[in-house]
Amino acid sequence: MMHTHTFDEQHALHLLRHYLPSQSPLKDFIHHNSLHAFQNLKFYEAIFKASKMFGFQATTPLNDFRQMYANGRIDDQVLNRVIAQRQGEGNVALWREKALVQSYNEHVESRVGRLRALWKSQYQIDMDNAVQPLLFRLLGHYLDQGVAMWQFPQANAGLLQAVRHLEQHSYVSLFKTKRAKELLLSQDLSIAKLLNMVVGNEAYYEQYLFDQQFGHRGWSGMVATVETSPNVMLDRKEISLKDFILVELLLEIDYLDGLLVQWQPIAHDVSTPPTDFFADLPYSELNEVLKIWQDAFEWSYYDHVLAGIQICSGKLKTQSALETNKSFQALFCIDERECSIRRHVEHADQYAETFGTPGFFSAEFFFLPQNGKFYEKLCPAPVTPKYLIKEFNVTASRAHDVFYTPKTHQAITGFLCTFTFGFWAALRLVQNLFRPKMAPAISNAFSVMQSEGQLTVVNAHPDDRENDLQIGFTVDEMAARVLSLLSGIALTKDFAPIVYLIAHGSSSANNPHHGAHDCGACSGRPGAVNARVVATMANHPDVRKVLQNVGIHITESTQFVGGMHDTAADEIEFYDVHFLNAENAQRHEANIITFERACDLNAKERSRRFASINTKAQIGKIRQAIKARSVSLFEPRPELGHGTNTLCIVGRRALTKDLFLDRRAFMNSYDYSTDLEGKLLANIMKPLGPVCGGINLEYYFSRVDNYKLGAGTKLPHNVVGLFGVANSSDGDLRPGLPWQMVEVHDPLRLLIVVEHFPQVVLQAIQSTPEMYEWFINEWVHLSVIHPESHDIYYFRQGAFVAYQTLTKSLPDFTDINLLLEQAKSMRTNHLPEATQENLPVYLNQ
Amino acid sequence: MQSLMPLYVFVPLLGFFLSLFFSRTQERAITSIALTTVGLHFILIIYGVYDWATHGMESQNLKYWLLFEHEGFRFILDFYFDRITAVFALVGAFITLLVIVFSQYYMHRDDGFKRYFNSLLLFYVGYSFAIFAGNFETLFIGWEIFGFTSFLLIGYYRDRYLPVKNAFKVLSLYRLGDVCLILAMWMAHHIFHTNITFTELAQPDWLNTFNVDIYAGPLLFIVMMVLIAAAVKSAQFPFSSWLPRAMEGPTTSSAIFYGALSAHLGVFLLLRTSPLWQAIAGFDIAIILLGFVTALFASMTAKVQSTIKTQIAYGAITQMGLMLIEIGMGWHGLALVHFAGHACLRAYQLLVSPSTLGYMIHNQFFEYEAKPVNAAILSNRLRNSLYMLSIKEWHLDTFQQKCLWLPFKWLGKRFIWLETITSQVVLMLLIVLGIMMDLSMFTLPAHISQHLPLVYATLSLMCILAALASRGSPMRAWWKIIMSQLLIVLAVSLNVHVESAHVWIYLTTTISAAVMGMFCLHNTYHIDKDISLNQYHGYVQERPDLAIIFLICSMALVGFPFTPTFIAIDLMFTQIHAHQYGLVALTGVGFIFLELAALRIYARVYLGPHKKHTHPIAYRSS
Repeated sequence: MMHTHTFDEQHALHLLRHYLPSQSPLKDFIHHNSLHAFQNLKFYEAIFKASKMFGFQATTPLNDFRQMYANGRIDDQVLNRVIAQRQGEGNVALWREKALVQSYNEHVESRVGRLRALWKSQYQIDMDNAVQPLLFRLLGHYLDQGVAMWQFPQANAGLLQAVRHLEQHSYVSLFKTKRAKELLLSQDLSIAKLLNMVVGNEAYYEQYLFDQQFGHRGWSGMVATVETSPNVMLDRKEISLKDFILVELLLEIDYLDGLLVQWQPIAHDVSTPPTDFFADLPYSELNEVLKIWQDAFEWSYYDHVLAGIQICSGKLKTQSALETNKSFQALFCIDERECSIRRHVEHADQYAETFGTPGFFSAEFFFLPQNGKFYEKLCPAPVTPKYLIKEFNVTASRAHDVFYTPKTHQAITGFLCTFTFGFWAALRLVQNLFRPKMAPAISNAFSVMQSEGQLTVVNAHPDDRENDLQIGFTVDEMAARVLSLLSGIALTKDFAPIVYLIAHGSSSANNPHHGAHDCGACSGRPGAVNARVVATMANHPDVRKVLQNVGIHITESTQFVGGMHDTAADEIEFYDVHFLNAENAQRHEANIITFERACDLNAKERSRRFASINTKAQIGKIRQAIKARSVSLFEPRPELGHGTNTLCIVGRRALTKDLFLDRRAFMNSYDYSTDLEGKLLANIMKPLGPVCGGINLEYYFSRVDNYKLGAGTKLPHNVVGLFGVANSSDGDLRPGLPWQMVEVHDPLRLLIVVEHFPQVVLQAIQSTPEMYEWFINEWVHLSVIHPESHDIYYFRQGAFVAYQTLTKSLPDFTDINLLLEQAKSMRTNHLPEATQENLPVYLNQ
Repeated sequence: MQSLMPLYVFVPLLGFFLSLFFSRTQERAITSIALTTVGLHFILIIYGVYDWATHGMESQNLKYWLLFEHEGFRFILDFYFDRITAVFALVGAFITLLVIVFSQYYMHRDDGFKRYFNSLLLFYVGYSFAIFAGNFETLFIGWEIFGFTSFLLIGYYRDRYLPVKNAFKVLSLYRLGDVCLILAMWMAHHIFHTNITFTELAQPDWLNTFNVDIYAGPLLFIVMMVLIAAAVKSAQFPFSSWLPRAMEGPTTSSAIFYGALSAHLGVFLLLRTSPLWQAIAGFDIAIILLGFVTALFASMTAKVQSTIKTQIAYGAITQMGLMLIEIGMGWHGLALVHFAGHACLRAYQLLVSPSTLGYMIHNQFFEYEAKPVNAAILSNRLRNSLYMLSIKEWHLDTFQQKCLWLPFKWLGKRFIWLETITSQVVLMLLIVLGIMMDLSMFTLPAHISQHLPLVYATLSLMCILAALASRGSPMRAWWKIIMSQLLIVLAVSLNVHVESAHVWIYLTTTISAAVMGMFCLHNTYHIDKDISLNQYHGYVQERPDLAIIFLICSMALVGFPFTPTFIAIDLMFTQIHAHQYGLVALTGVGFIFLELAALRIYARVYLGPHKKHTHPIAYRSS
């Protein structure tokens, strides 16, 4: 901590790495809690503290809350209840007054940056302006993955070593002055030594480093991330935060030495003691008011949801035994975007049954596409697979696009290109504007694997290994994965003739953040390979024999088919259908019509949020327009990603089948009756925090402060080194989500609803401390619906307490088309207006 | 054909004015206007080109509208159509149309949707004026307009620090180009005693009617000024570093401005004025050399760019350098084709630049080969030196800062004493005395009075520089700008007596702009009692109304086209005699910094990150 007056370099670097943003290069977009560094604190304590430390907005502004109260988005009864809970029954009137009318000073003064501000006040110099442009260019070029034509000389030696080498072997110095150059070449270079020159007082060293590194948190965060896991870059770079800080300090010394004035170290004559970044916050009435509003905003929605689930749960009793005459079963990812397509599949064919499960379908492996030079990880990010799946027998060759060649930026080749590509470019642009279609430079979700190729699913021989990975799975290993998948979702009997495993991916054009739209359970990649691999495993006769031994009997007539849903284009592709027997092939033909119909409706449902598409238009036109979006260069919103995600439901489909949840719910199929002791539940719930909670919180923070915690608007983004985006030539990297992805999102925390007995759920979440932290520190909400009494319980401060819904009845609908066509559109993307586009919970009659 | 020519500037102008009347949520109305305007313009151009091509490709000229006349100085809106116009008009309309189609989806729901389309149409007005111009004055109108819209669109994200800073940086260089053009016009007026039209210039013998030998010096001065103006606009050596820094606005505006159209206007200017500089022996060599040096250094710098947009910027500078070589060689047709292909290529490359990440990573995934560490390269000191220089952009940004900016700032700081009450009173007294002399209420001996213009012009420049360097109250800086305007008018008016009617027109505009501007600043000051020029305040967040009024006042005060001050400033220059180098230099430098001083106040008070952290605000470095 900062109280000590001696400087410990390792400790300081450790703290910096802990608090810096940890977003990987954009090619792999893995959602995570933007404030992961504060997760050991309670949610509210954490966000207000982080806000004070780094100066960003922690919640929706007070005035927006009040507007949402005025327009009915925040419920009056809920507000009263929240106040009573937080401030006591007797103080409701007083705190209503504070929440609704009292004015507060909302100015956030951050702790970071105070020491370095002295450069400006004491010497009228702008240190950031003087040092950052060259520093960013140098670093960007060092880390560059393939934009520049000229490589950084000796780019693999470590940043400091490479810069030193360049300095020694060049007529031109990096520096303007002598001392910085000598320091660079000296052997006993250390952060403390340089800080002694620049800061001068050991007590302030750590504060100075925080000021300096959080002055460009994007770049520093990238350095720290690459240092920790160098394999996040294809072209690996040796770099350390320490080297980076040393180079920055040297550039600062160089600049200061070049000044005309005599300068003193910045903390040479400071009267105030060093700022304690980590000090606890004093009581703030404004923060109490904001907590009330955030809770009220959340529960105004949650209350409807819980009421809806309770109603559906109550009806379950009266329902007859499950249908046995199923036309097909389809497993989708738990992703909240698949919430609607499942509803539409069930609507299009009432004999179809759908399930939700993490989209890697319980098979974890690396994938090597034919001719690929690297392995792609296809499973949740924290898992390290021991298996490799290789693609072979692909005949189609990869298409190229000549317009991205850096040769156009050279004199002679550029000259020739101008006369050839130049006019061709004009035609291409016209074509893409008026008739957009798929092209090599557009990220195509289906291109992750060629459907004509084959995969090494089955391990041929235990020695069949590559780079310490086993190629393919043995029969037992396959059976274990299929068993884990099927028992998790309680699909262990009554198999339909065809069971579909439908992964998802997303195609988009001109979108550096395309990875953020792909499957989170597949490390931010399309999940087609997983679906295909697991279908192959489940069709394997030997695997079925093993399953038979553990009581899962899958008749020979049942076949598994892998497929993938493109969530942007709303298209589904199926794999290996030629293996289907004649009867199933026929059924599959019929099922395709069902899926097409579901895609139609799904496209229609999504179209209500796109201003350029008329939701009332003919369905064919809507489909065409939706598909065109995914390949249009001019479309910054090919789809809206996880925008609006708020719920996660773990239970039987019947709980939500009759609810319209507006694509806001992650849904994990689970039947408490097959797991009364909760043995499976712990494993099912373990990833919900990091995956669903991570997505939800990244959206939360990118929405409440899109400037500091999000990436800002996409429109000016400039691709840097193929690993990040910045706003301009001299700008900082912008981690987080761009504005176009979050503008429909309501910044609410995730509510997880589990169908089980409260004490079983409590045991499950307490099984590992990492999982329990998510709940006890309130980063996600947890509710339980009692499967027998249908009572609702809410997890508060370590225990489940009964929850009475305020909502007594829900609006209902009979025609989904009408519901979608009549939905409101936002006038502007300002939250109180934008949120009106998000529909309440409807009950299907 | 001739009868159509006014439409080529008035259609965009009408579209621009119409687009002002809608609010930002009326996206469809705004885009319809933009599409109709540019679409119609495109059709008119196609018709015009067809008509021109089928009538023997003869250049067309139309003296359209005499805006102003005074003792031999005639400000005429004059339009011209030839092969150069045809190519630039076709390419310009085509690319602008495509970018508007692109933007109507791309900009959807952006806070500045309306502002973006307004600026784009205003740019198009400027572009049309410049390429259809039949004389320097008309061209200058366009030149000024698109310089200003560049400022608006680079600083489009006005609530962030870097866009505002870079917009101002680019503007300051553009001003240099603008003033060079004014000086060229001033000198041309004096040696040719008429407003030269491009149609006359294109006549093979026209220049021979003048005794070129006598005018060799002034003529060289004119073409030098034109060359600097062109080099600034097309980011040629040593004015290159602004182009990568201009990529701050939405990708679409970068595509149309810095990829396609705006940057090529330097090339256009050189093509347009070729008869002038071809009259000077060896000048073509100078142009070729400039192009060569630029292409050489820019292609090396392009090699070390690790961001897409800056790489495209340096690639574009390289190709524009080659165009200069072509122009110098006399291959104007080639240069025109080169321009057309290049504008399309860069516009496309910028528009698809976000795709680069996905595509190139995908490519690398399949084609990656670890680069062998080549020991021979490392021992190559020269190569490393070039590398280091390229990383540092050959110090061009520092050069711009150190040579073109800091000296004047330093000088301005020396004149801070002008803020004291005593010096203000003295200045006021001098102004009153000047007015009295101007009205012939008394006279001074000739040997004193002949120096008066120079004295007043010097004082005026001192005021401007002091305003520019001021870190204190913007009201005082604004006041100094007003004083400088009065002083410069007196300087010119004492030099050659100007009809008082003209002075009054000018003064009423200036004074009403000055008063309105002061009113805005005053009201803004009263929000928090602190609007010192020491930092950005971002008041546009709270008072967008005051911000836009103040911007209009600034433009009126400093002589934006179509304000009376604009004519007055042109007129002022023509009143300075050809041999009065001192006076013209002072006035010219003053004119560069006048607009900068005014827009600096605008930027510091109204733009940049809002100082109240009650809502999300970007980090300074982002």
